[in-house]
Amino acid sequence: MTRALRLTAHQHRVIVGHCYDGLPDEACGLLLGPMERGVPTGVVTEAVPCRNADASARTYTVEPKDMLNAMRAAEAASVEIVGVWHSHTHTTAYPSPTDVRQAVDPTWYYPIVSFRDDAPVVRAYRIVDGEITEIPIELVEPPRVDFRPGRSEF
Amino acid sequence: MAVEIKLPTVLRAHADGQPTVTAGGATIGEAFADLVARYPALKANLIGVDGGLHKFVNVYVNDDDIRYLDQLDTKVADGDTISILPAVAGGVS
Repeated sequence: MTRALRLTAHQHRVIVGHCYDGLPDEACGLLLGPMERGVPTGVVTEAVPCRNADASARTYTVEPKDMLNAMRAAEAASVEIVGVWHSHTHTTAYPSPTDVRQAVDPTWYYPIVSFRDDAPVVRAYRIVDGEITEIPIELVEPPRVDFRPGRSEF
Repeated sequence: MAVEIKLPTVLRAHADGQPTVTAGGATIGEAFADLVARYPALKANLIGVDGGLHKFVNVYVNDDDIRYLDQLDTKVADGDTISILPAVAGGVS
């Protein structure tokens, strides 16, 4: 049972904003977060915008150097790459046959941002052995910090 | 010569779950051969049917993509870090 993908409002804006910025091409980025026993917990510590090396409205490839930098950022923060998001500029927020065929990691989250309708639609999936399962997205508050001495919630 | 090889999460199951392994060799190809000798299941993910680098992985030596160097013949030095990254792609067509 895969846990819900938990995005802060800021991360959600980063993802959708980066996809807007990429128009008319598809845009993509990576999700960083903790894993437990080899499975992502659903918590996202950072949404990392990446370049689409294909510069295409129909396909995306995460620029390898951006992937390397994300891997290093994850290592520095003691988390992992736990997903990849991308946009569909004219179709629904559902994995295409290409998305399914090229899904690299069965533990990852695969959010898709669709611009088919007036407002962007974001949905997330897991793709395991060609089988697509929608995973709910929960918008969560970031950890609150109370700056009074001794009152930090961290 | 010993190099450090960083594995993506999807390949770690083939290497006893380790995120980082050490291998010996003077080139990327030799280091991969050393790695595959210990973890044979990695071979199909690293090496293509033509004997070259598998098209669905990208390999960096420190900051450099080996596709723009000498591919599997790229020389490595003691202490280099090799990063193996899955090629992450998709789209509507």
